[in-house]
Amino acid sequence: MSHQLRVNPIACNGHGVCAELLPEIIELDPWGYPILRSAMVPPALVVHARRAVATCPTLALLLERAQNRRP
Amino acid sequence: MSFALNGPALWYATRATGVVTLLLLTGTMLLGIVTAGRFASEDWPRFLTVGLHRNTTLLVLVFLALHVGTTVVDTYTSIPATAAVIPFVSSYKSPWLGLGAVAADLLIAVMVTSLLRNRLGFRAWRGLHWLAYACWPVALIHAMGTGTDRRTLWVFAAALGCVAAVAAAATWRLAMAARAGSR
Amino acid sequence: MTVTAPPAAQAGSAALPRLLAGVGHQLVPGLAEHEREYGTLWLRGRSGQRRPERLIDMVEAAGLTGRGGAGFPTGRKMRAVAGRGEAVVVANGAEGEPASAKDRLLLTYLPHLVLDGITLAADAVGAAEAHLCVHRQEHDLIDGLAAVVAERRRAGLDPVPIQITGIPGRYVSSEQSSIARYLNGGPAKPTFSPPRPHESGVRGRPTLVNNVETLAHVALIARHGDSWFRGAGLPSAPGSMLVTVDGAVRWPGVYEIELGTAAGEVVMLAGGPAEDLQALLIGGYFGAWLPVEVAWPVPMTRAGLRAVGGALGAGVVIALPGSSCGLAETARVVRYLAEQGAGQCGPCLMGLPALAGAVADLAFQGGRGTAVDAIAGLLPLIEGRGACRHPDGATQLARSAVRAFIADARWHDRCGPCDGVRRAPLLPIPGDEEQDWNWT
Repeated sequence: MSHQLRVNPIACNGHGVCAELLPEIIELDPWGYPILRSAMVPPALVVHARRAVATCPTLALLLERAQNRRP
Repeated sequence: MSFALNGPALWYATRATGVVTLLLLTGTMLLGIVTAGRFASEDWPRFLTVGLHRNTTLLVLVFLALHVGTTVVDTYTSIPATAAVIPFVSSYKSPWLGLGAVAADLLIAVMVTSLLRNRLGFRAWRGLHWLAYACWPVALIHAMGTGTDRRTLWVFAAALGCVAAVAAAATWRLAMAARAGSR
Repeated sequence: MTVTAPPAAQAGSAALPRLLAGVGHQLVPGLAEHEREYGTLWLRGRSGQRRPERLIDMVEAAGLTGRGGAGFPTGRKMRAVAGRGEAVVVANGAEGEPASAKDRLLLTYLPHLVLDGITLAADAVGAAEAHLCVHRQEHDLIDGLAAVVAERRRAGLDPVPIQITGIPGRYVSSEQSSIARYLNGGPAKPTFSPPRPHESGVRGRPTLVNNVETLAHVALIARHGDSWFRGAGLPSAPGSMLVTVDGAVRWPGVYEIELGTAAGEVVMLAGGPAEDLQALLIGGYFGAWLPVEVAWPVPMTRAGLRAVGGALGAGVVIALPGSSCGLAETARVVRYLAEQGAGQCGPCLMGLPALAGAVADLAFQGGRGTAVDAIAGLLPLIEGRGACRHPDGATQLARSAVRAFIADARWHDRCGPCDGVRRAPLLPIPGDEEQDWNWT
């Protein structure tokens, strides 16, 4: 797994487009905000993840190269 | 009908592509408003609105290019290519033609900034995107002012329909925002 | 709560007092008294050479960690800021935690220690700009500090001028990225990271944000060295720290302890329980409740408290008597925290009021058997989903309350509120008239 997803919670306005385009990884909480089931994106879903990132109306979804998170 | 460069065919093409551009631009406006208003239903997911909004704008660009191209190539009137983006450089039907260039400039600005959204950052992009609300009415005024067909019933009715649709969508959007604000 | 000077003798510790050695009674020590008590500060070594990196080495070797609640290794933070060009130093004395009084005590009675620390830090990281941030509504404190800064300027100390900056008094405004954003002209609300302030903070410069107590320790490490600092505390948790003890104890106040001191000993330092105790809240409003028998022997260190599901936080210890209802106290605090959010992130903006409602339901209504489950269901929807740690603090407090008061929680869930909810509130919550309602 070489990519990981992150949500910028300040930019996120709960449009919910990401959950429509990547339901394997993203689901919505009762208030319409995205919950990432896992941060890592399997290679097969990277193209869908990119599409979700591009379609987010507020640029709140980020796809990054996987790295060890700092504690 | 002859297809000579000074013949009526190009002129019809200009008018036709102009009308289509206006209708598509109205469509983009409506889809943009619906995106912000977050409409969704069982059969209509949000990504459809967002995707259609972006793709319709690309279609607008295609038909705008045809509209401008047929105008410039037409030797019946001598409108230079620069008139497409520089307002009032041609005196033909001024000021209405010039407004078309203004609308085209605004459209190009909105499109380019949207393509560079990632680099601009969200706030800068959103501020510039408001120019779309200037682009559409200017395009409409250009159409009515320049338009040979404005007195044709169906064209006039279509223009009226565009205005009504955008007005309705804007009202719906304001109502949604007011309801969200007062909650 | 009024800030009082602690008892002169701290039983059981030869190393103490350290920070609090110079605390007089109601008098702010002038520069001469400060230097008499703690020694003069030299920025240059005997040869006249500046060795700023030497301070960072010492602080790292000393193992000093941040005293503002997060506990990040201070030397590592300084190293991350230094060497990146012109930096900014921000001393955080805003003390957003209502139950904590240690920063206020330091700034009122020991300002020279804090200012020494700021100057040392500025020298070490190459800063040309330094701020000491306090709540902008604390006019007396600001005036007092301004006078002290002026006295030091006249004496030729502090090559980098230290600006006393008032910031909004909201709970999240004393978070380090909030302060950086406010100093940049924006609202005092947290920002999304990366970048963190040490990479890009005030005006894009690397910014060192340290709690004022941390900087006071730096001032003493510079004078006495890292081995001296390690002469107190534990090898894994060296040094001393200030704790604010409140609640059902005989002498509420600010005390200095060695890290690793048992929580029960801290309560005894404050005169011992004033009534029979049922629990301790350790770490403040972002901390955790522990039943008194669990908490009593736990060492006051990050690792020690985490091992029992607690948190050290900014060193607040509040003793809850048996006659109070821990759930009612928690409900009031969670409601306060919900009101204090920045409102930037959906899960916090929507989730904290829902959590506050659920805890209040358990504490003051209950009886339907659903309240505990409602709280448990909300916690994973809120935790970790904000840009800052505000929602995490609230969820940690709520979760610890249900765990520590589980018997009460089950009883409330079945039968409704207990008698303890009618007892006068113990945990301090600023009233509407005391609050700062603006972000800019």
